Amino acid sequence: MSLKAVSARPIIVPPELPANISASSAGVTGSVLSASDLTLEAVSEILAQATLLEREDPIQRAQRLAKRRIALLFYESSTRTRTSFELAAKGLGADTTLVSSLSSSIEKGETLKDTGLTLRALGAEAIILRHPSSGSPWLLERETQLPVLNAGDGMHEHPSQALLDLRTILAHLRPGIEAVTAETLAGVTVAITGDILHSRVARSNMTLLPKLGARVILCGPRELLPEIAAQTGPGVEIERDFTRALQQSQVVMMLRIQAERLAGLQLDLEEYKAGYQLTEERLAKHAPKALVMHPGPIIRGLELTGEVADGPQSLILEQVRHGVAIRMALVQRALTAQVRKGAGA
Amino acid sequence: MSTVLIRGGHLIDPAAGVDAPRDIVLKDGRVAEVAEPGKTSLGKAKASSDLQIIDAKGLTIAPGLVDIHVHLREPGQGHKETIATGTTAAAAGGFTSVAAMPNTVPTNDSPEITRWMQAPERGASVRVFPIGAATRALKGEVLNDYAALKAAGVVAVTDDGHPILKDSIMREVLINATRSGLSVIQHAEDTRLTGGCSMNAGPMAFRLGLRGMPPEAEYGLVERDIRLVTELSMNGKGDKNGHRPHLHVAHTSTAQAVAAVRQARRNGLRVTCEVAPHHFLLTEEHVGAYDTNAKMNPPLRSAADRDAMIQGILDGVVDAIATDHAPHAAHEKEVEFERAPNGITGLESALGLSLRWLHHEWKLPIGRVLSLLSAQPAALLGLKGRGTLTVGSFADVMVFDPKQEWTFHAKDSRSKSKNTPFDGWTMQGRVHWTISEGRVVYKAEAL
Ligand SMILES: [Zn+2]
Repeated sequence: MSLKAVSARPIIVPPELPANISASSAGVTGSVLSASDLTLEAVSEILAQATLLEREDPIQRAQRLAKRRIALLFYESSTRTRTSFELAAKGLGADTTLVSSLSSSIEKGETLKDTGLTLRALGAEAIILRHPSSGSPWLLERETQLPVLNAGDGMHEHPSQALLDLRTILAHLRPGIEAVTAETLAGVTVAITGDILHSRVARSNMTLLPKLGARVILCGPRELLPEIAAQTGPGVEIERDFTRALQQSQVVMMLRIQAERLAGLQLDLEEYKAGYQLTEERLAKHAPKALVMHPGPIIRGLELTGEVADGPQSLILEQVRHGVAIRMALVQRALTAQVRKGAGA
Repeated sequence: MSTVLIRGGHLIDPAAGVDAPRDIVLKDGRVAEVAEPGKTSLGKAKASSDLQIIDAKGLTIAPGLVDIHVHLREPGQGHKETIATGTTAAAAGGFTSVAAMPNTVPTNDSPEITRWMQAPERGASVRVFPIGAATRALKGEVLNDYAALKAAGVVAVTDDGHPILKDSIMREVLINATRSGLSVIQHAEDTRLTGGCSMNAGPMAFRLGLRGMPPEAEYGLVERDIRLVTELSMNGKGDKNGHRPHLHVAHTSTAQAVAAVRQARRNGLRVTCEVAPHHFLLTEEHVGAYDTNAKMNPPLRSAADRDAMIQGILDGVVDAIATDHAPHAAHEKEVEFERAPNGITGLESALGLSLRWLHHEWKLPIGRVLSLLSAQPAALLGLKGRGTLTVGSFADVMVFDPKQEWTFHAKDSRSKSKNTPFDGWTMQGRVHWTISEGRVVYKAEAL
């Protein structure tokens, strides 16, 4: 064929190729690796369990997972998430063991696979993993075949955070509702503002909330919010102007500026504050009724002011409280799913 | 050396323009005769101690395949692959010639290593053509001695795995390689744009929280290289001896890079390119749940890029299908996606994938597919007497059933490593015999 003949480009429709992989695996029952793994039924069940466990008599609750073993494998320090999961597991009576980045095996360069296999051999029945590499929970699950709860992986996801955020939103906007549907959050707009690029909280929330009918507006400067983010799923859009984002939203989620990840980015913090900091003034003027959320830890005076963090619209500490309830439900689900599987085998 | 008679088969030799029933006689490592059925000088001879007869009834006979881009990992990384295991896998895939990349340990930047790779002690099943490092230790700074490398047997120079970034160095590389009559193969990746990246920049990378390599990192460098070739080609006249530089773009993966090569060709430049099966079949979606067997460099791109690879193959701007066979041990791939090494194996699946998709689905004539896998790559590296079965050429032959469907299982691979995204895929075109310079180096089991 001559080169001239190709100017009219024929349309190529690639035939169906074998799909030997899927974007959300969750091969092991009870694992939660990504918000995309969660069906509406699973979300409803987790929300209902969280309420039940929260209300249960602590002595009785502590019988539920008595002497069951859970490993917390934390390659990054995270006081909030680690303590929350630990209290959740202990509240159900489980024995927990913490392996942190200061542990010698990790320091000595043992692979994630081998550390996981060792924990399993030591009797761990589920692993809660926080890791700086995106996707590490898939690796751990595949190699150990244990239920894995993703407590934050790289820049990827933090699904338990999205669930606790959801519980917080529902408590205020849809009180009493636990069995969620694709319309539960119809008409609700959530603005997620700040360092979206590096945020696992943003990725989990922008995956979970649209499943319930919410509209998610991502807001931030180009350096922290690439255009491509709007193409990642339905119900997600980009609004660069913070004022316009605020005006449309019933919920405003502010994200921490992850200074440690900004290396190489040309970001002027003063300019950022001028454009995107949530101040009392902005809130009062553009979103006087909106719920203000933040996954923490907060940096007062950067992404939001101290007055807003402590103000009447702030749900920051309430989020923390919901976190323990949600994580109790997740830990219980991880271990009981395993029992079901074992019993069936 | 014994004589081999292959009879009863159908010969497809695109370079010779043959597509007809033919018997072939191989003698002393060369093709001695090609004749109509029953018309060779051996007539109805019977097999004997010095005559081996291959019954190719119902099968197709073709020139052995030529892969111009493989990593055999020797010297230095025998736990991934050795020249012996890699060429055994090549033979199983129908390949009789492979060009071995120089990013070994140590780098192949000296005649000693080039000769070591070709020594009989390596136990190669098929012919290995070493490609020399363009610069010392692949650092892109000091040029190696191309004349000495060529005398030792290298067929091209490249820093594959690394780009030659500096304009001035790339210019020198092109000038010196041209003077020595060698092609320059560029791994086109502007590493200033890809630091810390582990897949294609796109919606999938954003969703997975991975840093993405932008397409311009590839095509930007291709365009730079073409500018240099344009300058050095002096309007197609070449240097004072009439030599024109030959730039070959390795593992092309972006639509814009193919477009740049197409334009360069229209402008009369000697610019060629290759595409790997994974780049004309898979997209970034195949990274799926952080599958490290879908991690390679260049990465799997968008559907539009993938379509452009198919289009480039169909319209002829792509010169060769090359596997970029890059074996890695299981434990090296069983790590976090961002930490996993780049690369997949490819020697045993290239023919089956090409026939299944390019020929069967996209209707590229089988002769064109075979040409992309043999005659054209052989011509590209100037491998005389390879990629064709005319009388006098090397007796490099593949006998296969182009219609036979089969399932590829990574665990059965002859390669020392099993890192392939095509495990369990249905292939079309089963190799029955591979003959390298007159020796049967592969025979399918259970025939
Ligand atoms: Zn390369």
